[in-house]
Amino acid sequence: MKKLSYILISFFLVINFALASDYSSNPRLFVSELVNDAISKLSDKDLTKDEKSNYIAAIALKNVDIYALSLYTLGELRKSTDQKDLDRYQQVFEKYFLKSLTSRLNDYSNNKFEIVDAEKKNSNYTIVKSKIVANDKNPEIKIDWRIYTKNPEKPLIRDLIVEGLSLARTQKEEFASILSSNNNDINLLITKLEEFLKSK
Amino acid sequence: MDFNKYIIIGLTVLALVSSEIKAADECFEKTSRAIFKFNMAFDGAILEPIAKGYNKLPQTIKNGTSNFTSNIATLLSIPNHIVQGNLKGAGDATASFLINTTIGIIGLANPAEKLGFKAQQEDVGQTLGAYGFGPGCYLVLPILGPSTARDTIGIVADSFVDPFAHITWREKEMLGISGSQLDYLTVKGTTAVDFRADNALNLDSLEKNSVDLYASFKSLYLQNRENKINNSSENEDDWGSLDK
Repeated sequence: MKKLSYILISFFLVINFALASDYSSNPRLFVSELVNDAISKLSDKDLTKDEKSNYIAAIALKNVDIYALSLYTLGELRKSTDQKDLDRYQQVFEKYFLKSLTSRLNDYSNNKFEIVDAEKKNSNYTIVKSKIVANDKNPEIKIDWRIYTKNPEKPLIRDLIVEGLSLARTQKEEFASILSSNNNDINLLITKLEEFLKSK
Repeated sequence: MDFNKYIIIGLTVLALVSSEIKAADECFEKTSRAIFKFNMAFDGAILEPIAKGYNKLPQTIKNGTSNFTSNIATLLSIPNHIVQGNLKGAGDATASFLINTTIGIIGLANPAEKLGFKAQQEDVGQTLGAYGFGPGCYLVLPILGPSTARDTIGIVADSFVDPFAHITWREKEMLGISGSQLDYLTVKGTTAVDFRADNALNLDSLEKNSVDLYASFKSLYLQNRENKINNSSENEDDWGSLDK
C-alpha cells in the first residue's frame, strides 16, 4: 500500500514537472506565467523544501538556457578548454545554477511581481521588463529578463538584469576572477563550485 | 599645504587612470581584498545591525530620510550636469532642489518628481567618465567600499565641487548658511544606512550565492558606474553563438 502511494506521488510529480514547460511562446506572457508559477509553488505551505527545489529545477531546466549560460560565464576559456573538462564543468555548473536560482527565488518569493513592458531587440532577443513591487521591508526592484527567441516557439531565459546589473555578466566576471587567480585552471573553478554545492 | 597634498594625490592617481589599464585590472588586489574583508566585518558589526533597525521604522520616516539625503546629493549633481553640458539635467536638478527644499519641507518630501522634475544623480567621477577618462585600476577603499582610480579622484574632487561639503566639511559660510563636519558625517552616514537598508535583501542573497563575493561586488560596482556614466542600463554584452 505504502509502495503504491509512493508510485502515485512520483507519478503526480512527474506530470507536474512535465507541465512545467507549458508556458506561452509570447516572451511577455512566458515570463509572467513562469514567475507566477514559481512564486506560487515556493509559497505553497503544503510542499516540502525538497519538493519546491525539485519543481524550480524542473522549470529552470526547461526554460532557462543553462547550456549557453554555462559557456558564456566561462568567457574566452570555453574556446581553449578540452571537451572532457568542459562537460565536467557544465555538469557542475548546472547543479550550481539550480541551487543558487532556488535560493534567490526563495529570497524574493514573498514579494508581488508585475510585468511592465516587453521590447523586441532583434529576432534573437526580447527584453521583458518587470518589477518586484515595493513593500514595507523592501523598495521596488526593477528586473529585466533577456529572453532568447531564436526559436520563437520555445523562448529561453538567458539573463536577469536587476536594477541595470546583469546577473550573467556578474557571474562571468566572478568566474573570471577565480580563473585569473589560478592560472586559468578550470579544475579549480570546478572545485570551487563543488565546494559551494556541499556548503549551506 | 592641504591643497598641494590633494594635487599630489590627484596626479598620482591620475597616472593610474590610463587608457591602457582596463577596469578589470587590479593594481593592488591583495590589499583590496584585505580592505574588502575589513569592510565586510565593519558592515556585519556596525552597518548591517543599524540598517536592520532602520528597516523597522515606519515607511514614512524611511521615505522622508531617503528624500532628505537625495535632495542634499542633488547639490553635487547640478555643477556636474553643467560641466557635462547637460543643461536640461542641470535645470531639472535645480528645480527639484528648490521645490523639494521649500514645498517639500527641507527635502523630506519629493513633490518635484510628481511635477516632472527628476534629479539624476551625478558626481565628478561620472563627469570624468563622460569626458572619456577610463576607470583605471579597480581598488577598494576602507569604509567607502569599491572604487576605481578615476572615481577616487572624483570623491576627492566632489568635496570641492559639492556646495554641501563646502559648507559643512570645509565649514565655509555660503549665502548665510553654515554647518559643521559633524553635519557632513551625519548626512553621509545616514545615506549609507539608507542604501544598506534598501539593499538588505539583495546583499543577503548575493552573499549566500557567490563563490567569490569580492569579485561579485567588483562586477556590480563597475556595471553600475558604467550605467551611470552612459545614463543607460542597456546591456549589450555579446553572447556570440552559444547554441547546442
